[in-house]
Amino acid sequence: MRTSGRTRKTAVIAVAGLAACATLITGCSSDSKKDDKGSSGSSSSSSTEKITLHVGDFGSFGYDDKTGAALYAEYHKLHPNITIVEDAVADGQQYWNSLKLHLTQNSGLDDIQAIEVGYIGLAIQPNLASKFVDFKTVDGFKAEDWLPYKEKQATTSDGKVIGVGTDAGPTAICYNKDAFQKAGLPTDRDTLAANWNGDWQKFIDLGKQFAASKTAPKGMKFSDSGSGLFNAVLASQPTQYSDASGKLIYDTSAGVKTAWNIATEAVQDGLTAGYQQLDPANAWAAAFKTGKFATVTCPSWMVGLVATNSGDAGKGKWDVAAPPQVGNWGGSFLAVPKSGKHVKEATALAQWLTASAQEIKVFQKFGNIPSSTQALSDPAVQNLVNPYFPSTPMGKIFASAAKNITPAPIGPWDGNVKDIITKNGILDMEKRGTAKDKAWSNAVNQIKDTVVQ
Amino acid sequence: MATSVRATSDGSPPSSRPAPSTSDKSGSRPPGWRTKLFRFDTKASPYAYVAPFFILFAAFGLFPLIYTGWLSLHQVELGTHAKWVGFDNYTGLWDNQFFWKALRNTFTLGVISTVPQLMIALGLAHLLNYKLRGRGFFRVAVLAPYATSVAAATLVFIQMFNPDYGMINQLFGHIGLGHVDWESSKWPAQIAISTIVTWRWTGYNALIYLAAMQAVPADLYEAAALDGASRWRQFISVTIPSIRPTILFTIIVSTIGATQLFGEPLMFGGGVGVTGGTDHQYQTLSLYMYDKGWNTGELGQASAVAWVMLLILLLIGAVNLLIVRSNRRKLGA
Repeated sequence: MRTSGRTRKTAVIAVAGLAACATLITGCSSDSKKDDKGSSGSSSSSSTEKITLHVGDFGSFGYDDKTGAALYAEYHKLHPNITIVEDAVADGQQYWNSLKLHLTQNSGLDDIQAIEVGYIGLAIQPNLASKFVDFKTVDGFKAEDWLPYKEKQATTSDGKVIGVGTDAGPTAICYNKDAFQKAGLPTDRDTLAANWNGDWQKFIDLGKQFAASKTAPKGMKFSDSGSGLFNAVLASQPTQYSDASGKLIYDTSAGVKTAWNIATEAVQDGLTAGYQQLDPANAWAAAFKTGKFATVTCPSWMVGLVATNSGDAGKGKWDVAAPPQVGNWGGSFLAVPKSGKHVKEATALAQWLTASAQEIKVFQKFGNIPSSTQALSDPAVQNLVNPYFPSTPMGKIFASAAKNITPAPIGPWDGNVKDIITKNGILDMEKRGTAKDKAWSNAVNQIKDTVVQ
Repeated sequence: MATSVRATSDGSPPSSRPAPSTSDKSGSRPPGWRTKLFRFDTKASPYAYVAPFFILFAAFGLFPLIYTGWLSLHQVELGTHAKWVGFDNYTGLWDNQFFWKALRNTFTLGVISTVPQLMIALGLAHLLNYKLRGRGFFRVAVLAPYATSVAAATLVFIQMFNPDYGMINQLFGHIGLGHVDWESSKWPAQIAISTIVTWRWTGYNALIYLAAMQAVPADLYEAAALDGASRWRQFISVTIPSIRPTILFTIIVSTIGATQLFGEPLMFGGGVGVTGGTDHQYQTLSLYMYDKGWNTGELGQASAVAWVMLLILLLIGAVNLLIVRSNRRKLGA
């Protein structure tokens, strides 16, 4: 701390100023924090004051400097006074649980907090939405910059926008060409897509062919997990867990019924390997290398994981085909908690990270599909090929899928219901051989115990 | 002792400090001011000395306890205002299959982790009580697992119990015991979890037993040996009765620990840890409370579970007390 040249008197004045500031409460909080460190310079030079911004996220956002698009390093170059630290949690649910707690207590929050679309329905409820900066009041924010459904999901009932869209999650099918060839199935992505186009049942039928084939690799199942299948099918349905008013309708929803039937049929026929996608013990990730499954219903953000998990040995073996029906699975938002120390800087960073230029960079490096419309039509996205998937027109497949998404209504309980149906319903069938009807009634019982409407 | 006489005549307890004579120099001051100060000191300072504990206890022990009790009578979600619901949260638990399952799991996990743990600890302590080479080393070694964090220990055990490539299943394969699904089946999962608990706490209990055993007078063993008692007989008839209060203490402490079992099953389950497996096959009361509190955000229901846990512990404590009493009566008779 450079305190030379400063008298005790100025320090006293600063303290008095702080105290006065504290009494004003509104609009002063972010400034007072700067004064706090004022010993390093006057308030006019606050833009060069060295600060650290914390970005809290989960899974893989592709921003980091090690495996991502190195956006933090780039931002640090543009703003040498700002250092960015990412606090990443592997499991999205664990991340949300602690975020919810931190929000309620107004402590332990990062300057930017990512919110997954599965939980945005909760975050826009009044008790949590009031904790975030309303982007409508922020300079340079235009909701039209994103896909039509994207910003709508982050809008509260009274019109506040609490997050800026990062990626969209158009789903496709990642499949192991090698395994398909050995099992005597077509390997061309266009042929496959044409074969199953419009009907998930056809996809399952292909899986049955794979399972019946004697030449298919030993110990390899058709699909990685029933839950992944369920999520992908459900994502393509116009009705999901909630109706337009946010009320749960999972037990009568046609979409849930379709997804449940497709997924459980696959489980009962032994087509699924019973992994949990993105499990914290990394069993799913490890199974890519040991060849336990031939297909993964992969949203765009999972493409990067398919590559890293399969490693160099899997290079060129995997391909991506358009799914039977396009759905949106995942995608996130960046929100800025009001209680942060550097709200202004954090808001600027959130806008920069989700601007079309940066979304393109993340896409190029990591495959996360932009949710910004400008980025989606950009030739850099349209023409992109991922070196890990040679000759796959990654950009075209996902960008056209993203534009075709018809999003379903979301509600505050979607995340809980999804977790229960997939983890305590479908995974229970896979792991413990529970009968289909029993698994469904188990899930319903637990949902009833969990959800208090 | 002159001082003590003077002090007693003042009405204050005796002290080594000489009390001032009031008549000599300080005539302007009110008589006995130092005596008063002194009296205040002796009366108040003990409270000041014990205050830190009680202040901390009030802030971090008593207040949460009472506040949780208050919460348990309300419907309250994170970030909202509480709504009075009376005993609904408790009656709701009574009809709740997941609560009963968690209670059963807590009980079975408690039994299969506490009983072997204390048995092994007793045996270990007995062995360590012998004069053997490197005694100090062994005594430190048994305590090492206790110093390991729950997370680190559980992670290692997860690897060992991995159904596909874990060490335990490989070993089972070699000796011809079939493949065991250590996570998804109920009993294997509970046994795996209790193994972690047993591994961590056995050494700790062994050292407590050892300390108690060393306080047993050597004459008793000598007398027993003269009477022709074998080593085993000495252990059963001399050691065990002599350390009975210690055994009761460890039983109480282990029971409390078992009732609060949380970290091991949570981590053991990985992605499905909070619900204690896909079918709640090893969800404990603590996990159920956590599930209610953080996954669902129903703090009222979670608090009700917390209070039920407290009541169960009090009940167990009362039973223990009765056993201790009847024991004493037996010894006295």
